[in-house]
Amino acid sequence: MKNLKISVLAIIATVSFTSCSSDDDNLVPVNEEEVITTLTATFTPQGGGTAIVLQSQDLDGDGPDAPVITVSGDFTAGTTYTGTVAFLNELANPVDIISEEVLEEGDEHQIFFLQNGLGTFTYNDQDVNGNPIGLSFTYEASETVTNGDLTIVLRHEPNKTADGVSNGDITNAGGGTDASATFSINVN
Amino acid sequence: MRFYILLLFAVIATGNSAYSQSTLSGKVTDSKSQPLDGSHIHIGELHAISTPLGTYELHNIPNGQQRVVISYIGYTTLDTIIHFNGSTVRLNAILKPASTQLQEVVLSEATRVSKSAVVKQDVKLITLEKYSSATLGDALKEIPGVYSLKTGNSIVKPVINGLHSSRVPVLVNNVRLEDQQWGTEHAPNLDINSAGKVSVIKGASALQYGGDAIGGLILVEPVSVLKDTLYGRSILSLNSNGRGGSFTSSLHKGAEKGWAWNAGGTFKYFGDREAPNYVLSNTGNHEGNFSGDVKYIGDTYDLSASYSFYNATIGIASATHIGSTADLANAINSGTPYITNPFTYTIGAPKQEIQHHLGKLNFNTQLNPFSTLSLQYAFQLNHRKEFDIRRGDFKDQAALDLTLITNSLQADWKYEKDNNTLKSGISFSMQDNEASPETGIRPLIPNYTRQDVGAYAIAAHRFSNSFSAEAGLRYDFSHMDADKFYQKSRWTSLGYEEEFDNFIVADYGSQWLTNPKFTFHNISASLGIKKILSTNWELFANAGLAMRNPNPSELFSDGLHHSNGTIELGSLRTKKEESYKLSTTLVKHGNTFSFEVTPYANFISNFIFLKPTGAEYTIRGSFPVYNYVQADALLTGIDFHSDLYLGEHLKHSLNLAYVYGTNRDTDEPLIDMPPLNIANTIRYSFNDRHNSFAELRSEAVFTQNRYPNYNFYADVPQNGELVPVLVDVSTPPPGYHLLHFSTGTEFDLGKTKASVNLSVNNIFNTTYRDYLNRQRLYTDEAGRNFMLQIKLNY
Repeated sequence: MKNLKISVLAIIATVSFTSCSSDDDNLVPVNEEEVITTLTATFTPQGGGTAIVLQSQDLDGDGPDAPVITVSGDFTAGTTYTGTVAFLNELANPVDIISEEVLEEGDEHQIFFLQNGLGTFTYNDQDVNGNPIGLSFTYEASETVTNGDLTIVLRHEPNKTADGVSNGDITNAGGGTDASATFSINVN
Repeated sequence: MRFYILLLFAVIATGNSAYSQSTLSGKVTDSKSQPLDGSHIHIGELHAISTPLGTYELHNIPNGQQRVVISYIGYTTLDTIIHFNGSTVRLNAILKPASTQLQEVVLSEATRVSKSAVVKQDVKLITLEKYSSATLGDALKEIPGVYSLKTGNSIVKPVINGLHSSRVPVLVNNVRLEDQQWGTEHAPNLDINSAGKVSVIKGASALQYGGDAIGGLILVEPVSVLKDTLYGRSILSLNSNGRGGSFTSSLHKGAEKGWAWNAGGTFKYFGDREAPNYVLSNTGNHEGNFSGDVKYIGDTYDLSASYSFYNATIGIASATHIGSTADLANAINSGTPYITNPFTYTIGAPKQEIQHHLGKLNFNTQLNPFSTLSLQYAFQLNHRKEFDIRRGDFKDQAALDLTLITNSLQADWKYEKDNNTLKSGISFSMQDNEASPETGIRPLIPNYTRQDVGAYAIAAHRFSNSFSAEAGLRYDFSHMDADKFYQKSRWTSLGYEEEFDNFIVADYGSQWLTNPKFTFHNISASLGIKKILSTNWELFANAGLAMRNPNPSELFSDGLHHSNGTIELGSLRTKKEESYKLSTTLVKHGNTFSFEVTPYANFISNFIFLKPTGAEYTIRGSFPVYNYVQADALLTGIDFHSDLYLGEHLKHSLNLAYVYGTNRDTDEPLIDMPPLNIANTIRYSFNDRHNSFAELRSEAVFTQNRYPNYNFYADVPQNGELVPVLVDVSTPPPGYHLLHFSTGTEFDLGKTKASVNLSVNNIFNTTYRDYLNRQRLYTDEAGRNFMLQIKLNY
């Protein structure tokens, strides 16, 4: 019986010892530092004039609220624009500029401009392998008046050497989509 | 049989006599000096039965050499030769248990029915060894009615009669494994090589292990040696597919009394698996495990301590990495992975890194000749890290980092006398889950603590030599206290405002800190009968009530599940599941033909499942939203197994399983039900002294035609435009047929027994996908595999 008592005692002691340490002392809300909340494309006319800004902003990240899409104005037919794309995480404090990471890891990212008949997009930047990234680009607006959708897609780890990808064709790119926003565009 | 026959006896001749006939007398006891009442002692035509004190006498024995046999059901028979010369010979026999202690069913040779009415199906050590370099889930597929839910090749969860995960608890060495089984891509965290025997109980009829086994129970028992000996085993398995293998080695020191111990370890190392047409990039796995125990066996008690450690890194196919539903649509429609890299052993993201520690103290004591008491304390620490493909500073940071600590204490009492068995016990457990905030991703599973208390009583009675019944009742209390951050927008969209305002503790800007608390009181019950119909026929019938509380995933999930591109939403309103299961098993034993058939019906109310309910837009595009919902379900089906001996060399075995799952509220089929599957095995035994064999196995899995249509549309870029494309996540892949071959032989190397097995899996390198593999939307299954296995017993 003595053995039994000692064993029971030992078991109880072990249980109470191990269960004391389990307090919830590190309740920290996780601010998603990696999420992209905001995609901004800025088009500056090469001859001067007001820049046109396209923005998709989703301040609850993967939460239920849909992104808010804004287009600041119409494009002018036949005009060439110098463009930049910026990605932000506005949930972080200070605001995290994700496009800097995209630039640093340029060989693992590519931005695609999907549209039909709105004009021509040309890449103005290169990664370490000489392939385009797309943070900086040129847009020649269509000569004729038109309208349509422009979708800007950021792909992570695309296959940049696949057929057509470095020319901006997303068909064979693969990889994962980090951001995708569709804007209604008027070319006047 | 690997456990050696063990005999301990003393023969004392007590003086001479003038009679020409002799007398044999003595006492029959077990190894703990308890008398064995009713042992059978015989010499030729003469026989005697021992008294309740274990004593016996046998007179009128002719002089000369005589064969003496002493036997008792469940114990190893003593068989010896004694020279009688007219004197009285005393023979005190100590009989050993025939096999492991947990072997309850000894009925096939005896005419008396066993008291337990629980149907258990076993996977034997020899079969487990075949799967030394694979997983427990793979080995369990040898039992009809057990399927597997896989993620790739190395994450294999057992599915019993259509149910899995939280509905199928796994008990390792009598400890309930607490390793985050709520996730469909979380496989049981244990080393198959540490198991000596694995049993499956379909349904919740074994209430001593818990009342929530709506699907069934898996009991894993370690290797234990009863003999006073040192025994070792090593297995090397080399595989062509994955270009790797495993090595496992263990030592077992058995003892009658005093100290016994076991120790063993396993290493596994695999690179990328290969499908018939391409490399399955990032599907390697590395594993290193240890397990050991030490036991002291006294006269009426034993005390043991054991520890095991499981440590695995498992790659998830890179083809499954998607960022949006457009990516998912592309992956499904292209039919092949976008990127396949050359073969490598390196495991990159996405991957899982898992550690599981299990420590246990156990004390068993014999209170009197009829009852035993067992006390057990167990500690478990499960640490799971999941890595995704991430950007920048987060590249090497886990996306999910959960630590689950469980302490449990239990006391079990068992009384067994004549025709009655009574079992009763109580258990306590405390669990603490911590989700690391370092991940930079909001954890789907929050921090929580949980306390459980359970108590059960089971009574079994043998009414006659051919009929017995068993009934059990169990009560479980569970309290859960969670700390969960909700995005305010999510809290509102789930309609929690007002209803759950009392859970809100603090306001963190865009998030609420909440403190949900839940208390559950559950009752489970079982009733079973067993009837021997005639010499070779047996019938079991079981009815069971089981209740399962919603798991943390079903309660709290609230966001994007990156691995399958869906937003999964749990609900604080989720109620517990209740299962009413009826099953019967008919068994026919025979020398040439034997079979076992089990039809069953499982009525589950508040069955919890994921159902698509719409789409949500994020900056990555739209995602389908899956909510955990509840409905009344029915799972009914049949499991069949038969063995047919065709002559002395050839044996045919058949396994067949079919399950029909229906949502009774909507009359829709249930998702992820295993299709009809049939396995035929032909085995040729050479019956030589090397136990050589050759075996051909055919595995046929039919197309699952009953499935709910959960398809949706996604906007996919095509020719510069976003076009809505059907994302077919529902249609099951076509059925498939595979052929496997294996052959092996045994030989002696001095005192070492060696065996060599060679096998080919998927001989024709068939391309196929399986409905219950979560990677079926992205990649084919692995192709042909040659395996060479060398086993040494010493």
